[in-house]
Amino acid sequence: MTESVPHETPLAARHEQLGARMIDFSGWRMPVQYGSILDEHRAVRERVGLFDLSHMGELMVEGPEAAAGLAAALVSDPTALSIGRAQYSMIVAPDGGIIDDLIVYRLAEDRFLVVANAGNAEVVSDTLAERLTKRRAILDDQSLATGLVAIQGPRAVDVLTPLTDIDLSALRYYAIAEGTVAGIAGLIARTGYTGEDGFEVFVEWSRTGELWDALAAATQAANGLPVGLGARDTLRLEAGMPLYGNELDRTTTPFDAGLGRVVKLEKDGDFVGRAALERAVAEGSKRRLVGLIVEGRGIARHGYAIHAGDRVTGAVTSGTQSPTLGVPIAMGYVAPADGTPGTVLDIAIRDARVPARVVDLPFYRRRSTT
Amino acid sequence: MTVPADLRYTRDHEWVRIDGDEAVVGITGYAADQLGDIVFVELPETGKQLEASRPFGVVESVKAVSDLFAPLTGEVVATNDALTGGPELVNSDPYGDGWMIRLRLADPNDLEDLLDADAYDALVAAG
Repeated sequence: MTESVPHETPLAARHEQLGARMIDFSGWRMPVQYGSILDEHRAVRERVGLFDLSHMGELMVEGPEAAAGLAAALVSDPTALSIGRAQYSMIVAPDGGIIDDLIVYRLAEDRFLVVANAGNAEVVSDTLAERLTKRRAILDDQSLATGLVAIQGPRAVDVLTPLTDIDLSALRYYAIAEGTVAGIAGLIARTGYTGEDGFEVFVEWSRTGELWDALAAATQAANGLPVGLGARDTLRLEAGMPLYGNELDRTTTPFDAGLGRVVKLEKDGDFVGRAALERAVAEGSKRRLVGLIVEGRGIARHGYAIHAGDRVTGAVTSGTQSPTLGVPIAMGYVAPADGTPGTVLDIAIRDARVPARVVDLPFYRRRSTT
Repeated sequence: MTVPADLRYTRDHEWVRIDGDEAVVGITGYAADQLGDIVFVELPETGKQLEASRPFGVVESVKAVSDLFAPLTGEVVATNDALTGGPELVNSDPYGDGWMIRLRLADPNDLEDLLDADAYDALVAAG
């Protein structure tokens, strides 16, 4: 079987010029790190970091039945969104298994932007289009026409304010507005995947380079750094955020992952997965996603078994040495009875069993709030 | 990049400093750069017998877990405890404070499989 050539974002040449180590991520050639992952991680926690997220999927759903159509296709209730607001959501299969986690932004009464993970963009686009066929709503997959740059960290607002005509003090967390950045028309959302304050800026694909250059200069002036996928992963793990493919997949329901709050069973009308998810609530999850802090010596990694006494209770889904906490942290699934915070379990790290304590997520929470 | 001329090297990017019938072992600057920030080093207990070319420990970066391979056969007589709290020493001073283990060699004369500095530089240059 021949491998297809990976997509490149408009910023690939810039990443290479900055000396980034590039990998194939979900069919896209992306920077893992420009220098040190720890430096990039710390830059976001302490100052500001700049991310190329142009590989993500952007699906526009528009029409008189856009809201109702999305409400029937997703687990959340987009009809409840005010204009200019966003919600974290999921699209599940009829059996309740997660196809992708999403952010849904309401741009107008009848217009929504659905952002999907790069690796699932096509399947989400196809599945959503199929679920909307009987609705007066059109899905327009703009993934390959939309560039996305994120700026995250305590100084993000200082970096972006001089460059945009949007009043950022009026843009709350999980809000979105239309305006310009560096004179380029775009959507600015106060969302992110780092646990810090920050913004995600959507522009037309051909303007992405210009957008990056303006933000990169301002980021550098604020003593920030460009940040790759390596630090993106350590940041989101500290913030207790799931990664599709690790914590979330087709065998997992939102309830297993501790994200039952995303499922609005009380909304009107049927939605794909309703029956299965109602059953899941009634029966209770067979496994539970927990946070773990390793108390012995060793780093817990994806796939390592978790033991409760002499019994295997689950497995690690994500793990790393936490740059901010200075200890190894992990997320994993365990039997619900073993998942009470404070429980000490053992993680199999090579030949050793290393103690780890169950903790509430997130591991890290930023100090100020907007 | 050229490596210290007074050391010997393996194809697995370890360096060896021969000291009579003992040898000090670490990983090269090239290996440390490839790994990125090193966040954890797992070393054997003193007294452990190591066999040349077999794994003897682990070095972990943020993203990856890598085996360490014994360059020579011998007994571990010392390990660098500073790496427990300071794994980043491997990045900052791979040939000095980032040393990993000291071995008492089974055969101090059997060094033929080790590369000299030029040969190791050539290996790295070849990619």
